[in-house]
Amino acid sequence: MQYAIMVYESEQEFAKRNDATHQEAYWGAYQAYSQALAAAGVAAGGTALHPPHTSTTLWLEEGHRKVQDGPYADTKEQLGGMFIVEVPNLDVALDWAARCPAASTGRVEVRPLLPMNAG
Amino acid sequence: MDARRAAELVIRNSYGRLVAYLAVRSHDVAAAEDALGDALVAALKTWPIQGLPANPEAWLLVTARRRLLDASRHSRVRAAATPALEQIARDLQTAPDMETPFPDERLKLLFICAHPTIDPAIRTPLMLQTVLGFTAADIAAAFLVSSATMGQRLVRAKSKIRDAGIPFELPAIARLPSRLEAVLEAIYAAYNRGWDSFGGADVAPVALADEAIWLARLCVELLPQAAEARGLLALMLYCEARHLARRSPTGAYVPLSQQNTALWSVPLLQEAEDQLLRASRLKQLGRFQLEAAIQSVHAQRASVGVTDWQALVQLYSGLVQIAPTLGAWVGRAAAIAQAYSPTQGLEALDNLPLNKIKTYQPYWALRGHLLAEVQQCDEARACYSQAIELSTDAAVRRFLTEQMAEC
Repeated sequence: MQYAIMVYESEQEFAKRNDATHQEAYWGAYQAYSQALAAAGVAAGGTALHPPHTSTTLWLEEGHRKVQDGPYADTKEQLGGMFIVEVPNLDVALDWAARCPAASTGRVEVRPLLPMNAG
Repeated sequence: MDARRAAELVIRNSYGRLVAYLAVRSHDVAAAEDALGDALVAALKTWPIQGLPANPEAWLLVTARRRLLDASRHSRVRAAATPALEQIARDLQTAPDMETPFPDERLKLLFICAHPTIDPAIRTPLMLQTVLGFTAADIAAAFLVSSATMGQRLVRAKSKIRDAGIPFELPAIARLPSRLEAVLEAIYAAYNRGWDSFGGADVAPVALADEAIWLARLCVELLPQAAEARGLLALMLYCEARHLARRSPTGAYVPLSQQNTALWSVPLLQEAEDQLLRASRLKQLGRFQLEAAIQSVHAQRASVGVTDWQALVQLYSGLVQIAPTLGAWVGRAAAIAQAYSPTQGLEALDNLPLNKIKTYQPYWALRGHLLAEVQQCDEARACYSQAIELSTDAAVRRFLTEQMAEC
């Protein structure tokens, strides 16, 4: 089964990405995690996201486009990216999620992917 | 024997085994229940005409299995969503024949119901429904929520089990102790739910205490080397043995220390002692064995006439080390008060965090009692009235009101 391991980070965590003193440790941890996923043969995709202030939320109201600056949900921790893993079951997915750097610094959400019919 | 009665008998004895077998092979608890329900309907139609099959249980299993296969073939979403469908179909087809007994998969089902990713509040209802076959309405009545709400929660939990890929296997050895603890806790929650409704206005239509004991027996039977499963069974048997002594003939609440030991059930106490002894031989001490040992000390009053409060202080002190629940801390304070002095008991209560004890009835009842013993009557009455407000059982409220009037 495939699962998305979604990384939720606080503003301070997002700030470490570009902060000279924390940058190396921050990216190093995620790089090591990616490598561990690849080495175990469970990596199946994923992406990092720019911080939430770069986000735009959009919806239609009576056919008219409404646009709002910022992420949809105003919460302390925001989606920072996700890893897709291919593993036998939820227990194994949770073991990998527990090793994700964000499990110690923020929150990690694990959700199964819903495969869609190609045809 | 008519068809309906035969079907009822098979279901009563084998419901959980049939659901477990089908669920483990289809990875879908709700679909397994539906298929078994369909098979039952088919049985009630067919059996009166064609006569009872030689093996009614296997007949139901084969019929339900066919329904499951049909259902999974017809579900396009499922077909797209589960690459494992082929394997599941194969598993279902290679199921045992009519002659050989089918394997007991109920333990896997119990572990799935109490999986760490399932909301603890729904674990007990899930077990009651999938392993024992209770309807959502019966479970809802026992848990004091509406039938629709309970039904919805059960459906949601079962779709999580199906779609989130919770493994239908026994946990790995390394995880077994913590996973088993979750199973036992859910069973104990059913038992406490049964006690809470005892004699109250809201008597549960389901005899939850009996069902919890049945589930614990099942765990002991399926995992004979698990000391804590025996510990839990012993604990519940000790409590159950005192069932009759908990109320006076007029329905008044009788606290443990004043119960007539002649009313305690000797066979249940003996069985509890036996289970606790067997558990202790396995040399894996745990929370439920300690709680059972505490009950064992109380039970000894029946033979020696007095309670060994110092032994209880020791056992409670051990219990708060491994399972620091509020109940254990308050129990320890009560034992200290009896073994040494009410003042020392009050000191033990003083150390508990205020935000946690605010709504904990046993804390206020004990505090009221101990304050009354040291003649601090105003404070005692305030605690009693707090305890009365928090009591859900009318007999307990009456008892506390009388205690309050005496100080």
